[in-house]
Amino acid sequence: MSLEELQLKIKALEEELRQAKHGGAAPRQKITHMSGEVVDTNPYSRLMALKRMGIVEDYEKIRTHTVAVVGVGGVGSVTAEMLTRCGIGKLLLFDYDKVELANMNRLFFQPHQAGLSKVEAAANTLHFINPDVTFESHNYNITTVDNFDHFIDRIKCGSLTGGPVDLVLSCVDNYEARMAVNRACNELGQSWFESGVAENAVSGHIQFLIPGESACFDCAPPLVVASQIDERTLKREGVCAASLPTTMGIVAGLLVQNVLKFLLNFGEVSYYLGYNALLDFFPAMSVKPNPQCEDSWCRRRQAEYAAKKASEPKIEKQEVKEEEVVHEDNEWGICLVDEATPEEASSSACASVPSLVQGITVAYERPAPVDEATSKVVDDADDTSLDDLMAQMKAL
Amino acid sequence: MVDDVTRKTLGSIPLLRTKAGPRDKEAWVTRLKEEYQALIKYVQNNKDADNDWFRLESNKEGTRWFGKCWYIQDLLKYEFDVEFDIPVTYPATAPEITLPELDGKTAKMYRGGRICLTDHFKPLWARNVPKFGIAHAMALGLGPWLAVEIPDMIHRGVVVYNNKNA
Repeated sequence: MSLEELQLKIKALEEELRQAKHGGAAPRQKITHMSGEVVDTNPYSRLMALKRMGIVEDYEKIRTHTVAVVGVGGVGSVTAEMLTRCGIGKLLLFDYDKVELANMNRLFFQPHQAGLSKVEAAANTLHFINPDVTFESHNYNITTVDNFDHFIDRIKCGSLTGGPVDLVLSCVDNYEARMAVNRACNELGQSWFESGVAENAVSGHIQFLIPGESACFDCAPPLVVASQIDERTLKREGVCAASLPTTMGIVAGLLVQNVLKFLLNFGEVSYYLGYNALLDFFPAMSVKPNPQCEDSWCRRRQAEYAAKKASEPKIEKQEVKEEEVVHEDNEWGICLVDEATPEEASSSACASVPSLVQGITVAYERPAPVDEATSKVVDDADDTSLDDLMAQMKAL
Repeated sequence: MVDDVTRKTLGSIPLLRTKAGPRDKEAWVTRLKEEYQALIKYVQNNKDADNDWFRLESNKEGTRWFGKCWYIQDLLKYEFDVEFDIPVTYPATAPEITLPELDGKTAKMYRGGRICLTDHFKPLWARNVPKFGIAHAMALGLGPWLAVEIPDMIHRGVVVYNNKNA
């Protein structure tokens, strides 16, 4: 074992020792059957009361469900805790980070966990909170080629019954990982929720994505809550991201609320719900998929969905949700980033931008697909082999 | 905002044409060749302009890249290891360029030493998929980052000259 591994091992053992000393109590015994009995010792009595009150028809069903949480940070850890306390059947946790003291402005993790992997630390705490939940944790980066296939496999076969998970929740903090989740879910036809908090900590959103049916994450530039802060006045010197436990907790709450509604079939699930913390404003909308989406799997899922729709007998469903959006004014300052060079601007089009409601904007503009014949392009390299090119590069 | 110098540098790097990521088998090999062509041209341009500032190479599959970059101040050469993986969603998403040895030395960095790019990098990248490649990520991302961050780190004393590389 390397020195680093030994140090990690010591840390892990110290953590075990600490847990053994403090409270020390083993987690409670597993409960085989969720009871609605109202006694102080029943951890599920207040949840089962949802049935008696007529909110949820069959609360126990939650124990059959599996949810994958990708990213166990400020939003993901709280999300996982909420689902654990709700008695979810199984949770899959994905993250490659370690707990750091810099995370302590957010909820869930504690200072003594610094240095541990987030998934391990979370699984430990969560198991203690509710031993009825099955946990499966994966400490890796899903965006790399090596890990992505394994990630796909776990989404496909990770449920309690060895089938696909019921939902994937993206609680990551970067575009690359969101795109990786999007790609995986489009390939698998897996419904998922996206969540995010702005780097300035004063807005956030959740989005429900059903491949083929609602817009995928690649159908349009990312939808964000208009911050009403001029980006050019936003001071970024010396920092990458700000965060608040409040905004993250609120977004996690909105996320899990909609997960519960979806899994237990009550209320209405939001397709896109934004949160503007400065104004306490919650814009909501739904977004149709883009027929020209860059992701070929998304286009395939759209075709499948259209075929399915066409073959279904016409039942008058409540399709009124999709109200046409009218921009009467521009109170929330929806505007497009002006940094395109003239030629870029002329080739830009709003083709891929869905109609937006007040308070929601796109992170940036994308060009309309064009056949470029203007700039120099690499020569066809058919005559030079890759090995030759690699050697050439090395020789420079 | 991209300044004129960067725009000129960018303009002289050949654009790529194949939209393929590391999971696309044959098309990826084609893309990888284009990546190397663009990189070779860019490094050559830099040398010609007496502004040589990095070397990169990849594993056989082209999924993992590593090399050196350097910054010269007061005639002293400060050299750093650079590395990154090609994400499965490449080229729709740019690679996350990492300078592991500077992790923790500047706030303009995410965990593990991934450099923190400006708000302008990602929109610009997104607008140029699949034409931009690794060479463009270096020119637009790492180059400007080094030019701002290294002098600051030298000034603060967290980066000191080490003549082992001289």
